[in-house]
Amino acid sequence: MEFNYHIEGGDFSRAGSASSEIKKILKQLNVDSRVIKRVVVALYEAEVNVVAHAREGEMRVMIGVDVIEATIADKGPGIPDIALAMQEGYSTASPRVREMGFGAGMGLPNIKKNCDRLDIESVVNAGTTVKMTTFFTG
Amino acid sequence: MDEFYHALKVSSKTCTGCTHCMVACPTGAIRVRGGVATIDAAACVDCGMCLKTCPRRAIFVEQDDFNRIFNFTHRVVLLPSVVFGQFAGEVSEEQIFAELLAMGFTRVVETDRSVEILAGAMREYMSTRDHSRPFISAFCPAIVRLIQVRFPSMIDHVIPLKQALDLSAIHARRQLEEEGASPDEIGVFYVAPCAAKIAAIKSPVGEEVSPVDGVINMDFIYNKIKMGLTRRERSAVAPVPGAGYLSPAAIAWTLSEGEASSFEGRCLAIDEIHNVIDILEKLENDEIPDIDFVELRACDHSCAGGALSANNRFLVIERLRSRVKASAGQSRGDDEIARHAAFLKEQAYLPAKISPRSIEKLDEDRGAAMEKMRKINRIMDIIPRVDCGACGAPSCRALARDVVQGKAKLSQCTFVQKMLLEEGLITPAEAIEIAEKTWGKDRFNNKK
Repeated sequence: MEFNYHIEGGDFSRAGSASSEIKKILKQLNVDSRVIKRVVVALYEAEVNVVAHAREGEMRVMIGVDVIEATIADKGPGIPDIALAMQEGYSTASPRVREMGFGAGMGLPNIKKNCDRLDIESVVNAGTTVKMTTFFTG
Repeated sequence: MDEFYHALKVSSKTCTGCTHCMVACPTGAIRVRGGVATIDAAACVDCGMCLKTCPRRAIFVEQDDFNRIFNFTHRVVLLPSVVFGQFAGEVSEEQIFAELLAMGFTRVVETDRSVEILAGAMREYMSTRDHSRPFISAFCPAIVRLIQVRFPSMIDHVIPLKQALDLSAIHARRQLEEEGASPDEIGVFYVAPCAAKIAAIKSPVGEEVSPVDGVINMDFIYNKIKMGLTRRERSAVAPVPGAGYLSPAAIAWTLSEGEASSFEGRCLAIDEIHNVIDILEKLENDEIPDIDFVELRACDHSCAGGALSANNRFLVIERLRSRVKASAGQSRGDDEIARHAAFLKEQAYLPAKISPRSIEKLDEDRGAAMEKMRKINRIMDIIPRVDCGACGAPSCRALARDVVQGKAKLSQCTFVQKMLLEEGLITPAEAIEIAEKTWGKDRFNNKK
Protein backbone atom coordinates (compact mmCIF):
# COMPACT_ATOMS: atom_id res chain seq x y z
CA MET A 1 0.00 0.00 0.00
CA GLU A 2 1.23 3.44 -0.79
CA PHE A 3 0.62 6.72 1.02
CA ASN A 4 1.81 10.18 0.03
CA TYR A 5 2.06 13.35 2.07
CA HIS A 6 3.19 16.83 1.26
CA ILE A 7 5.40 18.59 3.80
CA GLU A 8 5.54 22.38 3.82
CA GLY A 9 8.87 23.97 4.77
CA GLY A 10 8.71 26.34 7.74
CA ASP A 11 5.28 25.23 8.94
CA PHE A 12 6.32 24.03 12.39
CA SER A 13 2.79 24.10 13.75
CA ARG A 14 1.88 21.20 11.49
CA ALA A 15 5.15 19.29 11.73
CA GLY A 16 4.43 15.69 12.64
CA SER A 17 1.00 15.38 11.05
CA ALA A 18 2.19 12.99 8.30
CA SER A 19 3.94 10.77 10.86
CA SER A 20 0.79 10.74 12.98
CA GLU A 21 -1.24 9.56 9.96
CA ILE A 22 1.20 6.70 9.39
CA LYS A 23 0.97 5.82 13.07
CA LYS A 24 -2.81 5.46 12.79
CA ILE A 25 -2.42 3.20 9.75
CA LEU A 26 0.17 0.97 11.41
CA LYS A 27 -2.04 0.57 14.48
CA GLN A 28 -4.86 -0.66 12.24
CA LEU A 29 -2.50 -3.11 10.55
CA ASN A 30 -1.71 -4.73 13.91
CA VAL A 31 1.99 -3.85 13.84
CA ASP A 32 3.73 -4.38 17.19
CA SER A 33 3.45 -1.19 19.25
CA ARG A 34 7.21 -1.02 19.88
CA VAL A 35 7.90 -1.20 16.15
CA ILE A 36 5.28 1.49 15.52
CA LYS A 37 7.04 3.70 18.02
CA ARG A 38 10.42 3.31 16.28
CA VAL A 39 8.90 3.99 12.86
CA VAL A 40 7.01 7.04 14.03
CA VAL A 41 9.95 8.57 15.88
CA ALA A 42 12.13 8.16 12.76
CA LEU A 43 9.43 9.55 10.45
CA TYR A 44 8.78 12.47 12.77
CA GLU A 45 12.47 13.42 12.80
CA ALA A 46 12.61 13.24 9.01
CA GLU A 47 9.46 15.30 8.72
CA VAL A 48 10.80 17.96 11.08
CA ASN A 49 14.06 18.05 9.11
CA VAL A 50 12.14 19.01 5.99
CA VAL A 51 10.12 21.63 7.86
CA ALA A 52 13.23 23.12 9.46
CA HIS A 53 15.61 23.12 6.50
CA ALA A 54 13.84 22.70 3.18
CA ARG A 55 11.32 24.66 1.11
CA GLU A 56 9.05 21.68 0.73
CA GLY A 57 9.11 17.92 0.59
CA GLU A 58 7.17 14.78 -0.22
CA MET A 59 6.84 11.75 2.03
CA ARG A 60 6.11 8.54 0.21
CA VAL A 61 5.37 5.53 2.39
CA MET A 62 5.12 1.97 1.08
CA ILE A 63 3.70 -0.55 3.51
CA GLY A 64 4.05 -4.27 2.86
CA VAL A 65 3.05 -7.23 4.95
CA ASP A 66 6.30 -7.16 6.91
CA VAL A 67 8.09 -4.00 5.95
CA ILE A 68 7.66 -0.25 5.80
CA GLU A 69 9.71 1.84 3.42
CA ALA A 70 9.54 5.60 3.61
CA THR A 71 11.14 8.03 1.20
CA ILE A 72 11.27 11.67 2.18
CA ALA A 73 12.51 13.84 -0.66
CA ASP A 74 12.88 17.57 -0.20
CA LYS A 75 13.78 20.63 -2.22
CA GLY A 76 16.23 22.57 -0.11
CA PRO A 77 19.84 23.38 0.68
CA GLY A 78 21.05 19.78 0.74
CA ILE A 79 23.65 18.37 3.13
CA PRO A 80 27.28 19.11 2.15
CA ASP A 81 28.79 16.54 4.52
CA ILE A 82 26.46 13.66 5.37
CA ALA A 83 28.95 11.97 7.72
CA LEU A 84 29.17 15.15 9.78
CA ALA A 85 25.37 15.54 9.85
CA MET A 86 25.12 12.00 11.21
CA GLN A 87 27.01 13.03 14.37
CA GLU A 88 24.92 13.64 17.46
CA GLY A 89 24.72 17.27 18.40
CA TYR A 90 25.70 18.59 14.98
CA SER A 91 23.15 21.12 13.81
CA THR A 92 22.82 23.92 11.31
CA ALA A 93 19.45 25.03 12.63
CA SER A 94 18.95 28.74 13.23
CA PRO A 95 18.52 30.08 16.79
CA ARG A 96 14.85 30.76 15.96
CA VAL A 97 14.28 27.09 15.13
CA ARG A 98 16.12 26.00 18.28
CA GLU A 99 13.93 28.23 20.41
CA MET A 100 10.94 26.25 19.20
CA GLY A 101 12.45 23.09 20.60
CA PHE A 102 13.80 21.78 17.31
CA GLY A 103 17.31 21.61 15.90
CA ALA A 104 19.19 19.92 18.72
CA GLY A 105 21.29 18.04 16.18
CA MET A 106 19.78 14.69 17.05
CA GLY A 107 17.69 14.30 13.89
CA LEU A 108 19.68 12.06 11.57
CA PRO A 109 21.33 10.02 14.35
CA ASN A 110 17.90 9.48 15.87
CA ILE A 111 16.50 8.32 12.53
CA LYS A 112 19.38 5.86 12.12
CA LYS A 113 18.76 4.50 15.63
CA ASN A 114 15.08 3.97 14.91
CA CYS A 115 15.11 2.22 11.55
CA ASP A 116 16.67 -0.92 10.13
CA ARG A 117 18.19 0.65 7.02
CA LEU A 118 18.89 4.27 6.18
CA ASP A 119 20.05 5.73 2.88
CA ILE A 120 20.68 9.43 2.43
CA GLU A 121 21.37 11.12 -0.86
CA SER A 122 21.90 14.82 -1.09
CA VAL A 123 22.78 17.41 -3.68
CA VAL A 124 23.83 20.80 -2.33
CA ASN A 125 21.42 23.57 -3.32
CA ALA A 126 18.98 21.02 -4.74
CA GLY A 127 17.67 18.76 -2.02
CA THR A 128 17.97 15.68 0.14
CA THR A 129 16.35 12.27 -0.15
CA VAL A 130 16.13 10.13 2.98
CA LYS A 131 15.05 6.54 2.54
CA MET A 132 14.37 4.46 5.61
CA THR A 133 13.33 0.85 5.90
CA THR A 134 11.99 -0.98 8.94
CA PHE A 135 10.91 -4.60 9.19
CA PHE A 136 7.89 -5.44 11.32
CA THR A 137 9.20 -8.77 12.53
CA GLY A 138 12.54 -9.96 13.87
CA MET B 1 -9.84 -11.17 31.23
CA ASP B 2 -11.95 -10.90 28.10
CA GLU B 3 -15.10 -9.28 29.37
CA PHE B 4 -15.07 -5.83 30.86
CA TYR B 5 -17.53 -4.53 33.34
CA HIS B 6 -18.91 -1.12 32.56
CA ALA B 7 -21.01 0.94 34.93
CA LEU B 8 -22.41 3.09 32.13
CA LYS B 9 -25.79 1.82 30.96
CA VAL B 10 -28.28 3.08 28.41
CA SER B 11 -31.95 3.22 29.28
CA SER B 12 -33.62 1.95 26.12
CA LYS B 13 -36.89 3.56 27.23
CA THR B 14 -35.48 7.08 27.46
CA CYS B 15 -32.89 6.94 24.66
CA THR B 16 -34.07 8.32 21.32
CA GLY B 17 -30.88 7.48 19.42
CA CYS B 18 -30.13 11.18 18.96
CA THR B 19 -26.39 10.47 18.33
CA HIS B 20 -25.03 13.13 20.73
CA CYS B 21 -23.19 10.51 22.80
CA MET B 22 -22.01 8.66 19.70
CA VAL B 23 -20.23 11.76 18.44
CA ALA B 24 -18.79 12.62 21.86
CA CYS B 25 -17.33 9.18 22.61
CA PRO B 26 -13.52 9.46 22.44
CA THR B 27 -13.00 5.80 21.53
CA GLY B 28 -15.84 5.53 19.00
CA ALA B 29 -17.51 2.85 21.13
CA ILE B 30 -21.12 3.87 20.46
CA ARG B 31 -23.44 2.93 17.61
CA VAL B 32 -27.16 3.56 17.24
CA ARG B 33 -29.11 0.35 16.58
CA GLY B 34 -32.85 -0.02 16.65
CA GLY B 35 -33.17 3.60 17.72
CA VAL B 36 -31.01 3.17 20.84
CA ALA B 37 -27.36 3.88 21.64
CA THR B 38 -25.36 0.71 22.19
CA ILE B 39 -21.91 0.68 23.80
CA ASP B 40 -19.15 -1.66 22.64
CA ALA B 41 -17.71 -3.21 25.81
CA ALA B 42 -14.24 -3.73 24.34
CA ALA B 43 -13.85 -0.10 23.30
CA CYS B 44 -15.55 1.72 26.21
CA VAL B 45 -13.13 3.21 28.75
CA ASP B 46 -15.82 4.42 31.18
CA CYS B 47 -14.88 8.07 30.80
CA GLY B 48 -18.50 9.18 31.11
CA MET B 49 -18.49 11.59 28.16
CA CYS B 50 -21.66 9.94 26.84
CA LEU B 51 -23.46 10.46 30.13
CA LYS B 52 -22.43 14.11 30.30
CA THR B 53 -23.47 14.79 26.70
CA CYS B 54 -26.82 13.00 26.80
CA PRO B 55 -29.60 15.63 26.56
CA ARG B 56 -32.19 13.22 27.97
CA ARG B 57 -30.37 11.58 30.87
CA ALA B 58 -30.79 8.25 29.11
CA ILE B 59 -27.32 7.15 30.15
CA PHE B 60 -26.85 6.35 33.80
CA VAL B 61 -24.38 4.75 36.16
CA GLU B 62 -25.40 1.41 37.55
CA GLN B 63 -24.87 1.06 41.28
CA ASP B 64 -25.04 -1.56 44.02
CA ASP B 65 -28.12 -1.80 46.20
CA PHE B 66 -27.46 0.46 49.18
CA ASN B 67 -28.94 -2.05 51.63
CA ARG B 68 -26.09 -4.43 50.82
CA ILE B 69 -24.08 -2.55 53.42
CA PHE B 70 -26.21 -4.21 56.09
CA ASN B 71 -24.83 -7.64 55.13
CA PHE B 72 -21.78 -6.62 57.13
CA THR B 73 -21.30 -5.97 60.86
CA HIS B 74 -18.58 -3.40 60.18
CA ARG B 75 -19.65 -1.00 57.47
CA VAL B 76 -16.89 1.28 56.25
CA VAL B 77 -17.62 4.14 53.89
CA LEU B 78 -14.66 5.40 51.83
CA LEU B 79 -15.13 9.04 51.10
CA PRO B 80 -13.19 10.87 48.36
CA SER B 81 -12.45 14.55 49.04
CA VAL B 82 -14.74 15.70 46.25
CA VAL B 83 -17.74 14.61 48.34
CA PHE B 84 -17.14 17.60 50.65
CA GLY B 85 -17.02 19.85 47.64
CA GLN B 86 -20.61 18.89 46.82
CA PHE B 87 -21.90 20.91 49.76
CA ALA B 88 -22.06 24.63 50.27
CA GLY B 89 -19.79 26.17 52.90
CA GLU B 90 -22.37 26.21 55.69
CA VAL B 91 -22.52 22.40 55.89
CA SER B 92 -19.66 21.32 58.14
CA GLU B 93 -17.54 18.24 57.69
CA GLU B 94 -18.79 16.99 61.06
CA GLN B 95 -22.37 17.18 59.83
CA ILE B 96 -21.49 15.14 56.73
CA PHE B 97 -19.71 12.52 58.82
CA ALA B 98 -22.66 12.36 61.23
CA GLU B 99 -25.14 11.84 58.37
CA LEU B 100 -23.08 8.97 57.00
CA LEU B 101 -23.12 7.28 60.43
CA ALA B 102 -26.84 7.96 60.76
CA MET B 103 -27.60 6.19 57.48
CA GLY B 104 -25.93 3.04 58.71
CA PHE B 105 -22.18 3.15 58.25
CA THR B 106 -20.11 2.28 61.31
CA ARG B 107 -16.95 4.03 60.17
CA VAL B 108 -16.17 6.91 57.86
CA VAL B 109 -12.75 6.85 56.20
CA GLU B 110 -11.40 9.48 53.86
CA THR B 111 -10.05 7.89 50.69
CA ASP B 112 -7.28 10.42 50.37
CA ARG B 113 -5.72 9.77 53.78
CA SER B 114 -3.23 7.36 52.12
CA VAL B 115 -2.13 9.94 49.54
CA GLU B 116 1.20 10.69 51.27
CA ILE B 117 2.08 7.01 51.34
CA LEU B 118 1.09 6.63 47.69
CA ALA B 119 3.05 9.74 46.66
CA GLY B 120 6.08 8.31 48.49
CA ALA B 121 5.75 5.01 46.65
CA MET B 122 5.39 6.85 43.32
CA ARG B 123 8.51 8.92 44.05
CA GLU B 124 10.44 5.78 44.89
CA TYR B 125 9.30 4.01 41.72
CA MET B 126 10.21 6.97 39.51
CA SER B 127 13.65 7.39 41.09
CA THR B 128 14.67 3.86 40.13
CA ARG B 129 13.46 3.75 36.54
CA ASP B 130 14.90 6.59 34.58
CA HIS B 131 14.36 4.88 31.22
CA SER B 132 10.56 4.83 31.67
CA ARG B 133 10.24 8.60 31.50
CA PRO B 134 7.79 10.23 31.02
CA PHE B 135 5.94 8.57 33.86
CA ILE B 136 2.18 8.43 33.57
CA SER B 137 0.00 8.32 36.66
CA ALA B 138 -2.44 5.43 36.99
CA PHE B 139 -4.77 7.66 39.02
CA CYS B 140 -7.64 7.86 36.56
CA PRO B 141 -8.99 4.42 35.58
CA ALA B 142 -10.49 5.82 32.36
CA ILE B 143 -7.03 6.95 31.29
CA VAL B 144 -5.44 3.58 32.10
CA ARG B 145 -8.08 1.94 29.92
CA LEU B 146 -7.65 4.56 27.20
CA ILE B 147 -3.93 3.76 27.09
CA GLN B 148 -4.71 0.03 26.91
CA VAL B 149 -7.03 0.38 23.92
CA ARG B 150 -5.55 3.31 22.00
CA PHE B 151 -1.96 3.84 23.16
CA PRO B 152 -0.60 0.40 24.04
CA SER B 153 2.98 1.52 23.35
CA MET B 154 2.67 3.87 26.37
CA ILE B 155 1.74 1.15 28.87
CA ASP B 156 5.33 0.80 30.10
CA HIS B 157 5.24 4.45 31.14
CA VAL B 158 2.30 3.96 33.50
CA ILE B 159 3.33 3.78 37.16
CA PRO B 160 1.98 0.34 38.15
CA LEU B 161 0.72 1.26 41.59
CA LYS B 162 -2.63 0.92 43.29
CA GLN B 163 -4.38 4.16 44.11
CA ALA B 164 -5.29 5.92 47.35
CA LEU B 165 -8.70 4.29 47.18
CA ASP B 166 -7.18 0.79 47.33
CA LEU B 167 -4.61 1.64 49.98
CA SER B 168 -7.16 3.28 52.26
CA ALA B 169 -9.47 0.28 51.85
CA ILE B 170 -6.64 -2.10 52.72
CA HIS B 171 -5.77 0.05 55.71
CA ALA B 172 -9.35 0.27 56.96
CA ARG B 173 -9.60 -3.54 56.88
CA ARG B 174 -6.29 -3.98 58.63
CA GLN B 175 -7.27 -1.54 61.36
CA LEU B 176 -10.62 -3.24 61.99
CA GLU B 177 -8.98 -6.67 62.05
CA GLU B 178 -6.51 -5.36 64.63
CA GLU B 179 -9.47 -4.24 66.68
CA GLY B 180 -10.80 -7.82 66.61
CA ALA B 181 -13.23 -7.84 63.67
CA SER B 182 -13.21 -10.96 61.52
CA PRO B 183 -12.46 -10.33 57.81
CA ASP B 184 -15.86 -11.49 56.52
CA GLU B 185 -17.68 -9.09 58.85
CA ILE B 186 -16.02 -6.08 57.21
CA GLY B 187 -17.67 -4.38 54.25
CA VAL B 188 -15.86 -1.49 52.56
CA PHE B 189 -17.99 0.76 50.35
CA TYR B 190 -16.63 3.46 48.10
CA VAL B 191 -18.51 6.63 47.18
CA ALA B 192 -17.75 6.96 43.46
CA PRO B 193 -17.56 10.34 41.70
CA CYS B 194 -17.52 8.71 38.26
CA ALA B 195 -18.16 5.56 36.24
CA ALA B 196 -14.47 4.84 35.71
CA LYS B 197 -13.78 4.33 39.42
CA ILE B 198 -16.70 1.91 39.59
CA ALA B 199 -15.43 -0.08 36.63
CA ALA B 200 -11.98 -0.14 38.23
CA ILE B 201 -13.46 -1.75 41.32
CA LYS B 202 -15.71 -4.22 39.48
CA SER B 203 -13.11 -5.31 36.93
CA PRO B 204 -9.72 -4.08 38.13
CA VAL B 205 -6.74 -3.70 35.80
CA GLY B 206 -3.48 -5.22 37.08
CA GLU B 207 -5.00 -6.92 40.12
CA GLU B 208 -7.28 -9.88 40.72
CA VAL B 209 -9.90 -8.40 43.01
CA SER B 210 -10.42 -4.98 44.47
CA PRO B 211 -10.24 -4.55 48.26
CA VAL B 212 -13.53 -2.67 47.99
CA ASP B 213 -16.80 -4.63 48.46
CA GLY B 214 -19.26 -2.26 46.90
CA VAL B 215 -19.82 1.10 45.30
CA ILE B 216 -22.30 3.86 45.99
CA ASN B 217 -22.79 6.64 43.48
CA MET B 218 -21.81 10.06 44.75
CA ASP B 219 -25.03 11.72 43.57
CA PHE B 220 -27.01 9.10 45.52
CA ILE B 221 -25.03 9.71 48.73
CA TYR B 222 -25.32 13.46 48.16
CA ASN B 223 -29.11 13.21 48.06
CA LYS B 224 -29.17 11.00 51.13
CA ILE B 225 -26.98 13.35 53.16
CA LYS B 226 -28.92 16.37 51.96
CA MET B 227 -32.20 14.71 52.95
CA GLY B 228 -30.85 13.90 56.41
CA LEU B 229 -29.61 17.45 56.91
CA THR B 230 -32.98 18.87 55.90
CA ARG B 231 -34.81 16.73 58.43
CA ARG B 232 -32.37 17.42 61.22
CA GLU B 233 -32.00 21.11 60.56
CA ARG B 234 -32.32 22.31 64.15
CA SER B 235 -30.70 19.52 66.10
CA ALA B 236 -27.08 20.06 67.04
CA VAL B 237 -24.66 17.56 65.60
CA ALA B 238 -22.06 16.15 67.94
CA PRO B 239 -18.47 16.14 66.75
CA VAL B 240 -17.62 12.78 65.24
CA PRO B 241 -14.63 10.90 66.58
CA GLY B 242 -12.29 9.63 63.93
CA ALA B 243 -12.95 12.53 61.63
CA GLY B 244 -9.33 12.35 60.60
CA TYR B 245 -6.89 14.96 59.50
CA LEU B 246 -5.94 15.34 55.86
CA SER B 247 -2.87 17.26 54.71
CA PRO B 248 -3.30 20.04 52.12
CA ALA B 249 -1.62 17.84 49.47
CA ALA B 250 -4.00 14.97 50.19
CA ILE B 251 -7.10 17.17 49.91
CA ALA B 252 -5.90 18.65 46.62
CA TRP B 253 -4.74 15.29 45.18
CA THR B 254 -7.85 14.64 43.10
CA LEU B 255 -7.99 18.19 41.73
CA SER B 256 -6.06 19.16 38.61
CA GLU B 257 -2.33 19.65 39.41
CA GLY B 258 -2.84 17.61 42.60
CA GLU B 259 -0.30 15.01 41.55
CA ALA B 260 1.80 17.12 39.18
CA SER B 261 2.53 19.67 41.94
CA SER B 262 3.76 16.92 44.27
CA PHE B 263 6.76 15.78 42.25
CA GLU B 264 10.12 17.14 41.20
CA GLY B 265 11.10 17.81 37.61
CA ARG B 266 9.02 18.77 34.60
CA CYS B 267 5.48 17.71 35.43
CA LEU B 268 2.39 18.31 33.32
CA ALA B 269 -1.24 18.16 34.43
CA ILE B 270 -3.78 17.52 31.68
CA ASP B 271 -7.51 17.15 32.18
CA GLU B 272 -10.45 16.34 29.87
CA ILE B 273 -10.10 13.23 27.75
CA HIS B 274 -9.69 14.87 24.34
CA ASN B 275 -6.84 16.99 25.71
CA VAL B 276 -5.36 13.82 27.15
CA ILE B 277 -5.57 12.04 23.77
CA ASP B 278 -3.81 15.01 22.18
CA ILE B 279 -0.91 14.85 24.61
CA LEU B 280 -0.66 11.05 24.41
CA GLU B 281 -0.34 11.30 20.61
CA LYS B 282 2.56 13.70 21.08
CA LEU B 283 4.22 11.66 23.81
CA GLU B 284 3.90 8.56 21.66
CA ASN B 285 5.74 10.30 18.83
CA ASP B 286 8.46 11.53 21.22
CA GLU B 287 7.47 15.06 20.21
CA ILE B 288 7.84 16.54 23.69
CA PRO B 289 11.22 15.68 25.12
CA ASP B 290 12.33 15.89 28.76
CA ILE B 291 8.95 15.40 30.43
CA ASP B 292 9.26 13.63 33.77
CA PHE B 293 5.69 13.07 34.86
CA VAL B 294 2.24 13.51 33.40
CA GLU B 295 -0.97 13.63 35.39
CA LEU B 296 -3.81 12.65 33.05
CA ARG B 297 -7.46 12.91 34.06
CA ALA B 298 -10.45 12.05 31.89
CA CYS B 299 -12.82 14.66 33.31
CA ASP B 300 -12.71 18.39 32.71
CA HIS B 301 -11.24 19.83 35.95
CA SER B 302 -10.46 16.28 37.13
CA CYS B 303 -12.68 14.63 39.74
CA ALA B 304 -14.54 17.86 40.47
CA GLY B 305 -16.01 17.38 37.00
CA GLY B 306 -16.90 13.72 37.55
CA ALA B 307 -20.08 12.45 35.96
CA LEU B 308 -21.66 11.82 39.37
CA SER B 309 -20.84 15.24 40.76
CA ALA B 310 -24.03 16.92 41.93
CA ASN B 311 -22.56 20.38 42.24
CA ASN B 312 -20.97 22.76 39.74
CA ARG B 313 -17.30 21.82 39.32
CA PHE B 314 -16.02 25.32 40.04
CA LEU B 315 -17.93 25.47 43.32
CA VAL B 316 -16.57 22.03 44.21
CA ILE B 317 -13.04 23.30 43.61
CA GLU B 318 -13.71 26.47 45.64
CA ARG B 319 -14.86 24.47 48.66
CA LEU B 320 -11.91 22.09 48.44
CA ARG B 321 -9.47 25.00 48.14
CA SER B 322 -10.83 26.51 51.32
CA ARG B 323 -10.46 23.13 53.00
CA VAL B 324 -6.84 23.04 51.83
CA LYS B 325 -6.32 26.46 53.44
CA ALA B 326 -7.87 25.37 56.71
CA SER B 327 -5.74 22.24 56.76
CA ALA B 328 -2.55 24.20 56.10
CA GLY B 329 -3.21 26.15 59.29
CA GLN B 330 -3.12 23.01 61.43
CA SER B 331 -0.07 21.10 62.53
CA ARG B 332 -1.70 17.74 63.06
CA GLY B 333 -0.72 14.47 61.45
CA ASP B 334 -2.37 11.13 60.73
CA ASP B 335 -0.48 8.84 63.13
CA GLU B 336 -2.77 5.89 62.57
CA ILE B 337 -2.02 5.53 58.86
CA ALA B 338 1.63 6.48 59.34
CA ARG B 339 1.91 3.46 61.65
CA HIS B 340 1.02 1.20 58.72
CA ALA B 341 3.09 3.02 56.10
CA ALA B 342 5.58 0.19 55.56
CA PHE B 343 2.83 -2.41 55.22
CA LEU B 344 0.85 -0.27 52.78
CA LYS B 345 3.89 0.51 50.67
CA GLU B 346 4.47 -3.20 50.35
CA GLN B 347 0.88 -3.64 49.16
CA ALA B 348 1.02 -0.74 46.75
CA TYR B 349 2.41 -2.49 43.66
CA LEU B 350 -0.06 -3.92 41.17
CA PRO B 351 0.50 -7.67 41.20
CA ALA B 352 -0.20 -8.14 37.47
CA LYS B 353 0.83 -6.31 34.32
CA ILE B 354 -1.43 -3.81 32.60
CA SER B 355 -2.18 -5.60 29.34
CA PRO B 356 -2.55 -3.99 25.92
CA ARG B 357 -5.88 -4.57 24.18
CA SER B 358 -5.83 -2.49 21.04
CA ILE B 359 -9.13 -1.66 19.41
CA GLU B 360 -7.51 -0.15 16.34
CA LYS B 361 -6.33 -3.29 14.55
CA LEU B 362 -8.48 -4.39 11.62
CA ASP B 363 -7.34 -7.99 11.82
CA GLU B 364 -4.82 -10.12 13.72
CA ASP B 365 -3.33 -11.15 10.38
CA ARG B 366 -1.50 -8.28 8.71
CA GLY B 367 -2.31 -9.38 5.17
CA ALA B 368 -6.01 -9.54 6.02
CA ALA B 369 -5.78 -6.17 7.80
CA MET B 370 -4.24 -4.60 4.70
CA GLU B 371 -6.99 -6.04 2.51
CA LYS B 372 -9.59 -4.55 4.88
CA MET B 373 -7.87 -1.19 4.80
CA ARG B 374 -7.97 -1.19 0.99
CA LYS B 375 -11.70 -1.93 1.15
CA ILE B 376 -12.24 0.89 3.66
CA ASN B 377 -10.44 3.30 1.35
CA ARG B 378 -12.59 2.19 -1.58
CA ILE B 379 -15.76 2.74 0.47
CA MET B 380 -14.50 6.17 1.50
CA ASP B 381 -14.41 7.11 -2.18
CA ILE B 382 -18.16 6.41 -2.47
CA ILE B 383 -19.61 7.80 0.75
CA PRO B 384 -19.99 11.54 1.25
CA ARG B 385 -17.62 12.15 4.23
CA VAL B 386 -20.05 14.47 5.96
CA ASP B 387 -20.15 12.41 9.19
CA CYS B 388 -23.87 12.99 9.62
CA GLY B 389 -24.35 9.99 11.90
CA ALA B 390 -27.65 8.98 10.30
CA CYS B 391 -26.26 5.51 9.55
CA GLY B 392 -25.78 4.92 13.28
CA ALA B 393 -21.99 5.27 13.19
CA PRO B 394 -20.08 8.34 14.41
CA SER B 395 -18.34 9.05 11.10
CA CYS B 396 -18.21 7.91 7.49
CA ARG B 397 -14.90 6.21 8.22
CA ALA B 398 -16.41 4.39 11.20
CA LEU B 399 -19.22 3.11 8.98
CA ALA B 400 -16.72 1.99 6.34
CA ARG B 401 -14.80 0.17 9.05
CA ASP B 402 -17.97 -1.46 10.39
CA VAL B 403 -18.95 -2.58 6.89
CA VAL B 404 -15.57 -4.20 6.33
CA GLN B 405 -15.79 -5.89 9.73
CA GLY B 406 -19.25 -7.24 8.89
CA LYS B 407 -20.92 -5.12 11.59
CA ALA B 408 -22.90 -2.83 9.27
CA LYS B 409 -24.19 -2.56 5.74
CA LEU B 410 -23.19 0.15 3.31
CA SER B 411 -26.88 0.71 2.53
CA GLN B 412 -27.25 2.21 6.03
CA CYS B 413 -25.70 5.34 4.54
CA THR B 414 -28.58 7.63 3.55
CA PHE B 415 -26.49 8.97 0.68
CA VAL B 416 -25.97 5.45 -0.69
CA GLN B 417 -29.68 4.72 -0.18
CA LYS B 418 -30.56 7.65 -2.44
CA MET B 419 -28.28 6.26 -5.14
CA LEU B 420 -29.77 2.78 -4.78
CA LEU B 421 -33.29 4.22 -5.02
CA GLU B 422 -32.44 6.26 -8.08
CA GLU B 423 -30.99 3.22 -9.82
CA GLY B 424 -34.05 1.24 -8.85
CA LEU B 425 -31.97 -1.25 -6.89
CA ILE B 426 -34.16 -0.94 -3.78
CA THR B 427 -37.79 0.06 -3.30
CA PRO B 428 -38.87 2.96 -1.04
CA ALA B 429 -40.30 0.38 1.35
CA GLU B 430 -36.93 -1.35 1.54
CA ALA B 431 -35.24 1.97 2.20
CA ILE B 432 -37.57 2.55 5.16
CA GLU B 433 -36.87 -0.94 6.43
CA ILE B 434 -33.11 -0.30 6.35
CA ALA B 435 -33.55 3.02 8.19
CA GLU B 436 -35.74 1.36 10.81
CA LYS B 437 -32.90 -0.97 11.71
CA THR B 438 -30.87 2.07 12.72
CA TRP B 439 -33.54 4.48 13.93
CA GLY B 440 -35.92 2.01 15.47
CA LYS B 441 -39.11 0.33 14.47
CA ASP B 442 -42.19 2.50 13.90
CA ARG B 443 -39.96 5.56 13.68
CA PHE B 444 -41.78 6.45 10.46
CA ASN B 445 -45.31 6.04 11.89
CA ASN B 446 -46.24 9.56 12.87
CA LYS B 447 -49.87 8.82 13.56
CA LYS B 448 -49.75 9.37 17.31
